[in-house]
Amino acid sequence: MLKAIGFAAAITLAASAASAASAQAAKPTDAQIAHIAYTAGVLDVAAGKQALAKSQDKAVRDFAAEMVRDHTAVNDQALALVKKLGVTPQDNPTSQGLSRDAAAKLASDAKLSGKAFDKAYVDNEVAYHKTVNGALSTVLIPDAQNAELKSLLQTGLKLFTEHQAHAKHLAMSLK
Amino acid sequence: MKTRDPWFAGLAGAALVAVAVSAPVAKPASKATPAATYTVTLKDMKFGPLPATLRAGDTIEWVNSDIFLHSASARDKAFDVELKPGAHLWTTFHRAGAYPFACRYHPGMTGTLVVAK
Repeated sequence: MLKAIGFAAAITLAASAASAASAQAAKPTDAQIAHIAYTAGVLDVAAGKQALAKSQDKAVRDFAAEMVRDHTAVNDQALALVKKLGVTPQDNPTSQGLSRDAAAKLASDAKLSGKAFDKAYVDNEVAYHKTVNGALSTVLIPDAQNAELKSLLQTGLKLFTEHQAHAKHLAMSLK
Repeated sequence: MKTRDPWFAGLAGAALVAVAVSAPVAKPASKATPAATYTVTLKDMKFGPLPATLRAGDTIEWVNSDIFLHSASARDKAFDVELKPGAHLWTTFHRAGAYPFACRYHPGMTGTLVVAK
């Protein structure tokens, strides 16, 4: 949850950072958007790998494997696209905030085990995907200028919406 | 019944005839209605339109146009087709019936094929 809240705050911060200057200046660049999206994927892969290392629950492990596989696939496509476009993903406060929050979440979950870990992991996946999907819908996709980047983000949104539903269903089964 | 991995063969352009959903029945498809092949494309995390007139002996060609691993897995395990990105696989239906199925990896992706005699 902390990771998701942090992400929401980071996205909000990114979107409003330059609002005093102008609305246009507040929009993230494609290089920043690519970095944010890629980072969000990397962090969910890391969370999935932690779940695979710690959880004994088959449904949780299957879900975690899905996260690792799917987010890796999207990020592989993202890397190929930025290479093709000659764009260098640009680090930014949003990506940094995401990474910071994710590191804290990984550390706190590392102290858990059994059902407590499973619940913490899956609950966070629900919140994380909800927040990421919100950011994709309201900030990242609308602000992306390159058509191929926008398309990849839209593909990601469809995938992550399914992930969110899967995580929500799994969370209910763990109660 | 699990389909063998078509990935490398698919890249090589080879056609793979895959799954028999059930043991072939003695009676062949009617000459009046020759067996047909229908394509179902998996794209954007959905199974595309399913044929409304599938008959015993007909074949479904599954095409994964997504960048993610998918499957078409029957609830009753009559078929289980794993589809890597870009893969094509074929399932032939020998028996009439309703076949609810889903993607094993993305449970929200579902469909039902209805096979008539």
